[in-house]
Amino acid sequence: MIAGSHARRGFTAVAGLVMASALVVSGCSSTTNPAQSAPASTGGTLVVGVTSDPDTLFPWKATQFQAVNILQTIYGTLTEFDKDLNVVPGLAESWDTSTDGLTVTLHLRKGVTFDDGSAFDSADVKSSLDKIKDEKTAAVAAASLASVKSVDATDANTVTLHLTTPDAGLLANLATVNMAMLSSDDTEAGLNTTPNGTGAFKFSDRKASQSMTIVRNDAYWGAKTKLDKVEFRVIPDESSIVSAMQSGNVQFAVFDDPLVAQTAEAASLNVAKTPQLSYHVLQLNARKAPLTDVNVRLAMQCAIDRQQVLDTAAAGEGQVTGPITSPAFRSDPASRPCPTRDLTKAAEYLAKAGKPDGVTVKAIVSQGEYSTSVNEAQNLKAQLADAKITLDLDVLESGAYVDKWIAADFEAAVALNGGRPDPDGAYSRYFTSTGNLNKVAGYSSPELDQLFAQGRQTSDLAKRKEIYTQISNNLEDNAVWIWMFTSYTYTATTSKVSGFTPMANSSLQYLRETSIS
Amino acid sequence: MTAVRAITSNPVLRRILSSLGTLLGVAIFVFVMLRAIPGNQITAGLGTEAAALTPAQRAALEAYYGLDKPLVVQFFGWLGNVLTGNLGYSSRAQESVLELTSQSLPVTLELAVFSIVLALLIGIPLGMLSASKPDSPRDAFGQTVGLLGLSIPAFLLATALLAILSSTLRFNPNGEAYAYLTDNLLLNLQQMLLPSLVLGFGIAAPIMRTTRTAVLEVRGNDFIRTARAKGVGPRRLQFRHVLGNALVPIVTMTGLQFGYLLGGAVVVEQIFSLPGIGRQVLLGIQQKEYAVVQSTVLLIALAFVIVNLLTDLLYRVIDPRVRAE
Repeated sequence: MIAGSHARRGFTAVAGLVMASALVVSGCSSTTNPAQSAPASTGGTLVVGVTSDPDTLFPWKATQFQAVNILQTIYGTLTEFDKDLNVVPGLAESWDTSTDGLTVTLHLRKGVTFDDGSAFDSADVKSSLDKIKDEKTAAVAAASLASVKSVDATDANTVTLHLTTPDAGLLANLATVNMAMLSSDDTEAGLNTTPNGTGAFKFSDRKASQSMTIVRNDAYWGAKTKLDKVEFRVIPDESSIVSAMQSGNVQFAVFDDPLVAQTAEAASLNVAKTPQLSYHVLQLNARKAPLTDVNVRLAMQCAIDRQQVLDTAAAGEGQVTGPITSPAFRSDPASRPCPTRDLTKAAEYLAKAGKPDGVTVKAIVSQGEYSTSVNEAQNLKAQLADAKITLDLDVLESGAYVDKWIAADFEAAVALNGGRPDPDGAYSRYFTSTGNLNKVAGYSSPELDQLFAQGRQTSDLAKRKEIYTQISNNLEDNAVWIWMFTSYTYTATTSKVSGFTPMANSSLQYLRETSIS
Repeated sequence: MTAVRAITSNPVLRRILSSLGTLLGVAIFVFVMLRAIPGNQITAGLGTEAAALTPAQRAALEAYYGLDKPLVVQFFGWLGNVLTGNLGYSSRAQESVLELTSQSLPVTLELAVFSIVLALLIGIPLGMLSASKPDSPRDAFGQTVGLLGLSIPAFLLATALLAILSSTLRFNPNGEAYAYLTDNLLLNLQQMLLPSLVLGFGIAAPIMRTTRTAVLEVRGNDFIRTARAKGVGPRRLQFRHVLGNALVPIVTMTGLQFGYLLGGAVVVEQIFSLPGIGRQVLLGIQQKEYAVVQSTVLLIALAFVIVNLLTDLLYRVIDPRVRAE
């Protein structure tokens, strides 16, 4: 599930329609678009409209969309992603990997300080990584450090990671805010009220469920932010955010509902579309009959036209996708047994499975978790019916859905899963037999285990690409799940805002380069 | 026995006892309902990412949120705390429920008062206008406005109003950060304007209908004819005699609506970004912060009980017949 989409629910779709018609009624003022190329200036306050404030200020436990993105502006990580999701230096200025791949030496940036003025050094790195690994901390990224046997603070500015096995995905895993470097003196209770990071901004003020304000960190190691201040103002309804942008009270917002994005465009706001790593998928549980039979799964793959799901459920706003969504490793969506819908082939697969008269599959669907879920499910049901496959929909309130999903208590699940920049980070937890989400994935095989192990042990990018293409093909050939499409996020800004670069992982890190006139 | 009889025969004591019973019932009901809803604070916070937790991580989180204790211990622990004035703590907001409520309740109270005043200002004159000549064009007008108030959903009116005013007049006080009454009175009143209008318009409808019915009923009474025969002027007749005697059902309806408003107008609060008590409960439910929801709902129930009590007392003030009983 995409982190934090649970904070966006409600009646935005209907409200969006209402608003669109209201705009038409009011004559839709699209006459002026002043200061098209406002000169980048320094200073000022940017007001960002958000539907919810962070549900926690503790970075190691943050999974909610707003929490992850706001905390990322305050905290620093050892590595970072650039705008194309390549791993670049963060608090670690550079790193060396031993030839056997079992030792990674990180050279830390010197002169970095936390917001409370204390110096950042190797003791903080060791304490952070050790605590994240400790199960008592219940840090969400603990499993990403599974390959790390021990952490040594070699000297004040050098940290050595000893690995049990080479891990090519490790450096990308270190770049998320769930791996934020915390001062060894800080506690969870303290950071929950007063964040203390090394990021481009620092925490200033929070009014619970109303707003959170960050200000420029003048001690930041990189280029100083142009903005003096960013206020994340809670406006729970997305349509109301659009209104607040029209009246000029809010200058920046990120939406995921295409309908709201259309209203924003109609209101002459600048709207930038960014393809996302997260993917819409029909998860199949190959450990439950009738999906234990690969032919039944393949029949379902052949019966589904992905573009049709995208067009009907999401107004065509997105791209048909294969398993891997990260730009550098992207799967060829056509590389699968049924690249396009083929009902004859579907019938053949069903006959091979010994079920020429069709099968029934029960699918769980979450209502309100994200805007397109129920529409996707209904279109899937209609398409599969043409191939004599009955999809029984169990539409659930999001809490009930999450409970069933976690327990792998489903045959199929209509899901929106979060992607990650590195394919190992994205999928080894699902599809290796020891992965912590393998129960939910419902599938593993010795071939996949071996391929994932190879992918981890290979550092050469071209070779890694080859391996992940094999993994992608293996997943599609076995119709492990039915990957459908990726959608966009929409970054809406008023004409006063410039310099922001949206990212595929929906990070707001480039607020540090944003300015307002 | 005599003590019990003394209590049951004293109307005030009886009333207080039954109110306490109601509140206890609400407390148990909310406690059970919350736990019947799938999910808990762990899954609400982590979403599907909770599937990746190891058993040790899960145990650590359950201990952190107090979910590892038996339900009975959870209930009486909470109730005991409430009785000693500790309403619980929201880890989401990092504030106690008492602090949260001391901020959100005034917002809701202010909204409720403004909405009711607006509703009365619209509803009563409209009801009297309608009743003044039943089945006439003016009655049709009143009834139509009433019907609109009943049938236009608040979220529709609210969103449309906000969109039109923002795009044409650039008027959107609710796009500013919320200003408390004591911080910035002028902005606060502006921010209350649209939500009170939307809510007031909706509540005006039942008040208008109640007024119309009550006025028509009272007008048919003998004492009105007598008053008219005695030469009481039409204005005095309308207000002093007709409306005066029609007030009881109007007050009942108003009290009821006011009670509901104190529960928080969630939809309107969401659209106009008001940090009221409705949103506090909604966030509590979304986050599965049991203590927040339980304590807040208990406070809302308490407010409802008090408003009902006051409404009953008001009958005695406005209607001598009740006083005489």
